[in-house]
Amino acid sequence: MRNAFAAELTAIASEDPRVMMLSGDIGNRLFDKFKAAFPERFYNCGVAEQNMMSVAAALASCGLRPIAYTITPFVTMRCLEQIRVDVCYHGLPVVIVGIGAGLSYASLGATHHSMEDVACLRSLPGMSVVCPGDPVETRLALRAALKSPGPVYLRLGKKGEPVVHKAPPDFTIGRGIVLKSGTRVCLLSTGTLLPESMSAVDELDRSGLTTGLVSFHTVKPLDDALLCDVFSRFELVVTIEEHGLIGGLGGAIAEWLCDRKPQKARLCRIGGPDAFLSEAGGQEYARKRLGLDAEGIAARVLRSLNQ
Amino acid sequence: MMKQTELSELDAVTRRVRGKILELSHRAGTPHLASSLSCVDILVAAYWTALRVDPKKPDDPGRDRLIFSKGHAAMALYAVLAERGFVPPEVLDAYCVDGGKLAEHPSPGCVPGLEVATGSLGHGLSWAVGLALAARLLKRESRVLVIMSDGECEEGSTWEAALMAPAHKLSAITAVIDYNKWQATGRSNEIMALEPLARKWESFGWEAREVDGHDLRALSAELAAPQDPRGRPRAIIAHTVKGKGVSFMQDDNNWHYRSPSDEELAAALRELGLA
Repeated sequence: MRNAFAAELTAIASEDPRVMMLSGDIGNRLFDKFKAAFPERFYNCGVAEQNMMSVAAALASCGLRPIAYTITPFVTMRCLEQIRVDVCYHGLPVVIVGIGAGLSYASLGATHHSMEDVACLRSLPGMSVVCPGDPVETRLALRAALKSPGPVYLRLGKKGEPVVHKAPPDFTIGRGIVLKSGTRVCLLSTGTLLPESMSAVDELDRSGLTTGLVSFHTVKPLDDALLCDVFSRFELVVTIEEHGLIGGLGGAIAEWLCDRKPQKARLCRIGGPDAFLSEAGGQEYARKRLGLDAEGIAARVLRSLNQ
Repeated sequence: MMKQTELSELDAVTRRVRGKILELSHRAGTPHLASSLSCVDILVAAYWTALRVDPKKPDDPGRDRLIFSKGHAAMALYAVLAERGFVPPEVLDAYCVDGGKLAEHPSPGCVPGLEVATGSLGHGLSWAVGLALAARLLKRESRVLVIMSDGECEEGSTWEAALMAPAHKLSAITAVIDYNKWQATGRSNEIMALEPLARKWESFGWEAREVDGHDLRALSAELAAPQDPRGRPRAIIAHTVKGKGVSFMQDDNNWHYRSPSDEELAAALRELGLA
């Protein structure tokens, strides 16, 4: 996702002279092409995320299209108040890009995990929250975010994620992408767990189910039409996210569900626990440990279906 | 150098502005009166002698920007914008009225001439960095003036911005610190070690100046001074008195939260020669 983001950013910047890149002292070499082509539009804002976010707001207030980029917890929670006051209160089109969503940087320790960021940013008035599922969605989401009239949080993984979409799908912020239709169970996967969700679908289908799958990349605003459809047709709707269960996609859809008349489908939420993962280990280990790998997802879906 | 006639006209402006601030606080029962009174001369010097702004074209892209970072003193800003012609005077009647536009801290776009909504401290200097970078990229000559409180120098984000501005030689920025020596609950230099304040800014790569924050002539000279040829941004430590202009409010921190009674308002307006 990181490389797709950098490549697409450079392409967009050559089309739109308003696009500016602010980095919080990460992305060494990643933005070399951008910097070489547009040196006056790249600022390394140092290890000072609060300042970076207010600077981004100020640039946006002058008609520029700034991107504020650094590791997920630091570009969201470290400067949450600047996002709230300078970006959201002023309704400015800043694109906030977090790299290292969820457990992407599991090995760096819990300071670098990001299991609460969606909950925080989703609560801010006017903020869109978009979690692309693969490098193709990353490129499309970046283009869409830079056209948005208001602030957008783009939650990305790291590098080397598999490409899910063989061809670019239609991508609109707030519209889920149906990848596979099904009958009893429908998985709504947001962000970095899309490949694991695909594998979980294969496993579930091997056990005799026909599992639906949606890349539910936008956590805010929710795709109301799609939710109405899946909750009226399926028996079980499952949310899958590399984020804590409190306040993420599952939480958002639980809120959505509460405000409606009883639906046919039950909701099952798969995500992280209300606890820090303080032990060492890479992303693959951490996902497995929290039941967020394909096997864990499939097992949880079957348990929920048979409840 | 400012002419004597101009100086006495500006002095009259500061009296009217202080009178308006007192009336607003009295009518709405709002706090931060003394914080508002301490920065009146800075605002008047800025809006009447230094900033290239036009009340008829408040959104002119090439204008200078004033960021009022100490948003709790919004009464002063509202009164100045009205006196300077950005806002019809009757708009101030809606100050802190239910459903009105003018809140105790300014909201985005609440009045023409308001550049940034503030109230949470320590944001203004970062805005200045962003606006100065934007001006550079868009090839505009805009200067950016930030009015900060001494309490704001306790916010870490202030010093993040203070580190970035000199790194990019943003000499278009002037930060004025309204150093009235008080914060909400006590002496600012006792609660946190602000001193030596000017040397702190200097050591961060700023051109630091110290001035009597109630001397219009001196303020005007500092604010209108050409940009530093070495590219340093400028910090002006304006030594001020909290509650300035009213004898029984000056340097008395009770007026951080208090608003005046009918009698106190009348006495204050008399002192200012307005009644």
